[in-house]
Amino acid sequence: MTGIRLSVPETAARGEVVEIKALLRHPMESGFRRGSRGEVIPRDIITRFECDLDGTLVFASDFHPAIAANPLITFHMRATESGVLTFRWTDQNGEVWSDTASIAVT
Amino acid sequence: MKSPIISRRGLIQTGLLGLGGLALPLNALSQSNASIVIVGGGFGGASAGRTLKDLLPSAEITLIEANANYTACPFSNLVIATERPLSAQEFSYDRLQAAGISIISARATSVDASGQIVELQDGSQVPYDRLILSPGVDMRWGALEGYSQEAAERHPHAWKAGAQTQLLRDQLVALEDGENVVMTVPPAPYRCPPGPYERASMIAHYLKTNRPRSKLIILDAKDSFSKMALFQEAWAEHYPDHLEWRGALDDGAVSRVDANLKTVYTDFDELSAAVINVIPPQKAGQIADAAGVSDQTGWCPIDPLSFESKLQPKVHVIGDATIAAPMPKSAFSANLQAKVCAFAVARLLSDLEPIATTLANTCYSYTTPDEAISIAGVYSNVGGQLSSVSGAGGVSPLNGDKAVRQAEAAQAAHWFQTITNEAFG
Repeated sequence: MTGIRLSVPETAARGEVVEIKALLRHPMESGFRRGSRGEVIPRDIITRFECDLDGTLVFASDFHPAIAANPLITFHMRATESGVLTFRWTDQNGEVWSDTASIAVT
Repeated sequence: MKSPIISRRGLIQTGLLGLGGLALPLNALSQSNASIVIVGGGFGGASAGRTLKDLLPSAEITLIEANANYTACPFSNLVIATERPLSAQEFSYDRLQAAGISIISARATSVDASGQIVELQDGSQVPYDRLILSPGVDMRWGALEGYSQEAAERHPHAWKAGAQTQLLRDQLVALEDGENVVMTVPPAPYRCPPGPYERASMIAHYLKTNRPRSKLIILDAKDSFSKMALFQEAWAEHYPDHLEWRGALDDGAVSRVDANLKTVYTDFDELSAAVINVIPPQKAGQIADAAGVSDQTGWCPIDPLSFESKLQPKVHVIGDATIAAPMPKSAFSANLQAKVCAFAVARLLSDLEPIATTLANTCYSYTTPDEAISIAGVYSNVGGQLSSVSGAGGVSPLNGDKAVRQAEAAQAAHWFQTITNEAFG
């Protein structure tokens, strides 16, 4: 299981505003909760999300402990040229998850 | 466990012994002429009334219930699949009345816990020494975007038996061959944990038999569920072409319903279907909020020894409305919680402390109209904490042959007869 789910239109007209969705399955453990024996559950969160189109940053977001598990990110992008969108999540320890999707602009 | 049949006998004995222990000081209890009011005439409320009348024959027992008749949820999935008439689910309160319980046919609207008074819709007031609320569940309207009371008239939840059950059945019967059915399942907790999957089995059976080109798609907010392996085994055997289950990992959680478009939306997908059965998120029945016995979760924290509310004195809460995990929200649980609560109320009215006991639950689920599976649990409330008794209970065996499944279906029918007879017969 990759844990990543993307929604990117395969094609778009030049200048069209398209909706992009990206989800990573992640516990987003806040570090404020306690387990059944009273012990603090350590923080484990994504800290950064980036999406680029052939190397040009399209959208980025910093994440903090209040964000729920399995964060779903929805954003809009104006389709200007065809290319490959790369989605990249980085957690607090530097671990990276990424996936790509192509969009053809006509 | 060795086999489900032996373990079920074991747990019934445990349950009876537990209650037998409580029932010992009957002489000390029988003199009370206290006034005990029960709100809600389901399995919990009716069983509580019956038990209290036996324990405290001189007490004044009043049951307040808005509906003239009770329509039972267990077995109503068979009604949806046209395997059973809705009338087989309906029970009157005549026998409770004959047993000396006063029935008030009205909706209770609020409770004044400090004044010990229940207020009815017509403004009249009913005072009590002890109050038992058995309000069941209400839908959490607004928790699922687009799913309102009006939307439920088009896309029934059928999670309270009666007109909603009939509506879903009628929609299923009106389905054209080749049109699909969608069912949505909320996150836990909700009434009857295995209920959606029994219903899915019954709908799939109906489609396979009557609309062979149609299919049921279950969109689930969870990744695992009660008796999952047994259900999936039955689905693979009986409904490979008529039932598809999508869990949360597979984008199964529904975030929005559009009743006009007959469409449900997940994070990444949208599905339209001719029949949409939305089982929405739930909470304790409305009177629990009005009485101040529900907390921010929407459910009611209780002391497991007496089922007295942790938020209001002399108000007890039983059944689906309670926070009683690991006991599930089921008719079996409500019936047994009612008895434990009734014994505790009888003891409290006699200046005796409630004492610890053993509780149990069995949930049967039909996988075809003549085959069933079950899960059983045994629970202890020692120390005011509900916990599962380890090594007790269990589930039906995997790879059970047809005779085992048919025997469980017969047991399920006997269970329904027994519990409805005890509560209403």
